[in-house]
Amino acid sequence: MTYLAKPKLRHPTLPANRLGYTRRDYEGKISTLCAGCGHDAISAAIVQACWELEVEPHRVAKLSGIGCSSKTPDYFLGASHGFNSVHGRMPSVLTGANLANRDLIYLGVSGDGDSASIGLGQFAHLIRRGVNMTYIVENNGVYGLTKGQFSATADRGSKAKRGAINRDSPIDMVALALQLGVSYVARSFSGDKDQLVPLIKGALNHRGSAFLDVLSPCVAFNNHPGSTKSYDYVREHNDAVNRLDFMPHRDAIGAQYGPGEVIEITQHDGSLLRLRKLADGYDAGDRLAAMNHIHMHQARGEIVTGLLYIDPEADDLHENLATTRTPLNQLTEADLCPGANALDALNAELR
Amino acid sequence: MNARDPRTTAPARAQRIESTNDFVVKFANVNGSGSASANELFARSILRMGVPVSPRNIFPSNIQGLPTWYEVRVTEHGHLGRRGGVDLMVAMNPQTWERDVAEIEPGGYLMYDSTKAIHAAGLRSDINLIGVPLTDIAASKYVDAKERQLLKNIMYVGVLTGLLGIEPEVIAQLLGEQYKGKDRLIKPNLDAFMTGLHHARERLEEAIDLRVERRDAVGDRIFIEGNAAAALGCVYGGATVCAWYPITPSSSLAEAFQKYCTRYRVDKATGTNKFAIVQAEDELASIGIVIGAAWNGARSFTATSGPGISLMSEFIGLAYFAEIPAVIIDVQRGGPSTGMPTRTQQSDVTACAYASHGDTKHVLLFPEDPYECFEFAATAFDLAERLQTPVFLMTDLDIGMNHHLCAPLAWDDKRMHDRGKVMTEADLESGRDFGRYLDADGDGIPWRTLPGTHATRGAYFTRGTTKDAYARYSEAGPDYVYNMERLLKKFATAATLVPQPVIANASKKASHGVIYYGSTSPSMTEALGVLEQQGVHLNRLRVRAFPFASSIEEFILAHEFVFVVEQNRDGQLRSMLVNELQIDPARLVAVLHYDGTPITARFVVNAIAPRLLGTNVLPLRSGKAA
Repeated sequence: MTYLAKPKLRHPTLPANRLGYTRRDYEGKISTLCAGCGHDAISAAIVQACWELEVEPHRVAKLSGIGCSSKTPDYFLGASHGFNSVHGRMPSVLTGANLANRDLIYLGVSGDGDSASIGLGQFAHLIRRGVNMTYIVENNGVYGLTKGQFSATADRGSKAKRGAINRDSPIDMVALALQLGVSYVARSFSGDKDQLVPLIKGALNHRGSAFLDVLSPCVAFNNHPGSTKSYDYVREHNDAVNRLDFMPHRDAIGAQYGPGEVIEITQHDGSLLRLRKLADGYDAGDRLAAMNHIHMHQARGEIVTGLLYIDPEADDLHENLATTRTPLNQLTEADLCPGANALDALNAELR
Repeated sequence: MNARDPRTTAPARAQRIESTNDFVVKFANVNGSGSASANELFARSILRMGVPVSPRNIFPSNIQGLPTWYEVRVTEHGHLGRRGGVDLMVAMNPQTWERDVAEIEPGGYLMYDSTKAIHAAGLRSDINLIGVPLTDIAASKYVDAKERQLLKNIMYVGVLTGLLGIEPEVIAQLLGEQYKGKDRLIKPNLDAFMTGLHHARERLEEAIDLRVERRDAVGDRIFIEGNAAAALGCVYGGATVCAWYPITPSSSLAEAFQKYCTRYRVDKATGTNKFAIVQAEDELASIGIVIGAAWNGARSFTATSGPGISLMSEFIGLAYFAEIPAVIIDVQRGGPSTGMPTRTQQSDVTACAYASHGDTKHVLLFPEDPYECFEFAATAFDLAERLQTPVFLMTDLDIGMNHHLCAPLAWDDKRMHDRGKVMTEADLESGRDFGRYLDADGDGIPWRTLPGTHATRGAYFTRGTTKDAYARYSEAGPDYVYNMERLLKKFATAATLVPQPVIANASKKASHGVIYYGSTSPSMTEALGVLEQQGVHLNRLRVRAFPFASSIEEFILAHEFVFVVEQNRDGQLRSMLVNELQIDPARLVAVLHYDGTPITARFVVNAIAPRLLGTNVLPLRSGKAA
């Protein structure tokens, strides 16, 4: 239950990062989701990514909407402020929070119902504005909390647990995000931690809107034959374009990698993304090619995963609004209030 | 209301209204024809002569081609409400000719473009005609069609200047100010103005008995729209985040905030902005951004109107229940639905007071004019952060989009923003108990922390679901009831912090009273003066906020019955008085004006006087208007 705290026992051999935090310091309350839920694996990947990145837990603000996925921020980063807002409207709340304090790390967690159905509009405009954040959709194609209705990402022809066939076209949030100008976009699978953790790390260090669509099978309502978001289906149809290694900028670069083309991308903060390309000719710096690649493989029934597009030089909303370097929530009367003399002068103009 | 002695002059058929500095001029135009700036020039020129004016734009929800009116009340005595009736109609729109002619008071004047033969229908024998061949004159002077149109407007201002005795130097000065930096525009405008002036002086001598004479009745008052004043209040109140979606009549508020921030909030050294303004994709996103920013410690607001409030309702409930500050400025227009987007009403009062599902109550502020728009906007941020709840600034189209004469805006440099109960890193480090929803001080207001404050203490999970005093998820009845009761206690605290009502007694002992609020104020002041002359004495109370101060209940109980004057159909504030204060409905008599035009003193007098004077007493039916 969410109001149960985890036992405070700490294993003495747990490794600490350079800030002195162990992985346990990045965990939250005990999950109330179903055993085997893909979402819990994503929470674990977030914990791992933040620990490895040596993020101070309290410098992260985690926001969500409503639904199973939106409950998960209670299950990681217990020392961070969280905001479980209203259904489909987390993007606007995150935008406001980000405007108020540009110095925190913003992590939005949502589901396919929350982001592709009720919240599609806010998702689209958040991406358009380039809000500096990491936005993870835990995508299972189904409404879990209300027991198994299709969401807008359910594939046409996929079968619900009770036998209904989905007749509506699916929304591909990665393709949509690309079209809307996202500057970091990846797709992954909750069951592939090796792929997922570096993608989250890269997203957290990206300046601009970073979007991750993580297929996360619903063991209760969408893990049966005929579902296109089940563990078996995703494992069989996963086609990774690349594998990402995340290198914090302070690490010595020079680790050796196996054969295959390697591309290095330096982000704003100096951190290095090393992409080991798996698919021939795949260029993660080419927005149009990424869209094309996704659609071509989709037509063949393949789910393309990996870092699909990145613009390491992207601007964010604060750049576009030319806001001051000092977070807005730290400005004082002296910064904000023009004072009595200015008002007297203005009064004189209004006569 | 206005003393006037119609008299007959030899050459005219009709009586002639005679008045100095006390009359109403109405301009009937086609929108998009450039009349607005000419009409405003006219109003300002009278103001510069020391005579108060009260102008109102009556405009369509349209960009070009539909009828639009601009009404200027010239009022030496400073009656700033709408009077009703028209003494001089400047009829420049053939589309509305008949109704414009019909609106003129007997003995009044019709100024029209006499280039074409006058349309006979609708002409009256009891008004005075002033024909000016404006189109002919413009056509003879200007070749360009657009120039003809625009300068024709300035030309009729010239004619009016001659007719009414406005000082031409004042107009010349105003034109100079208006086109400062675009000097080449001054001469053609001045030429057109002089053409009209000469025409009036040469051809229209003695055509009118309305006069403007210089006085010193304006004092240090300023002339400003409520939306601009409210936007300045947001600047002075320290708002850093504004999220909005365009909607009449509130758009100009967000635009004014942008303008004043550009003027006062750009860091000179770096050129960066100490503000962030987002034109959101809809009102849901606007309020979401406001709530997110406020949760994270920035003062934030949105400006909207009724339809926006409807869209924001779910989020407003979240802010109420999760206890997040938010300032929402509702520039009210005529509802329901799309309603009358360019007309005024006070019809969002209950929608805002109880916005969102479940048991909710919100703080409302009711400014009467731009001065209070400024003052209350700044105060709204203090209240929102002190109370950790949404605060609504309830203005309306009449206040927001019209220029009003009001006291100069005032700010005390010693005034500090009240950031409310926020625990700092030092507070948390010292081991102070932090329960996000704990009534630690007995006033119903809990303490909060901002994200990122302390490495290990003070983090909590904000949610719209029920929780205990320590913000832990809970569906336990006692936890829920604890929070809901505490929210009521907080609301009672709010009643002591909001602007208190303004109460004034009649010149003689009165057994009846009147309650009103917002933009009704100037008409009510005027109406009470007229009623006093008729021997009707009423004590008055102007409500300035909800929750209601205890003095409001005392005022009602001290009178036999009290009129509640509102600009909506259902007597919304009256219902709230009945419900919140448990007042017997028979003690509260609704007086309701809701046709979309600003309420007038005439309406108020006609609604109230028969109920209190002599034999003409209507049976009192509670809740029904006259």
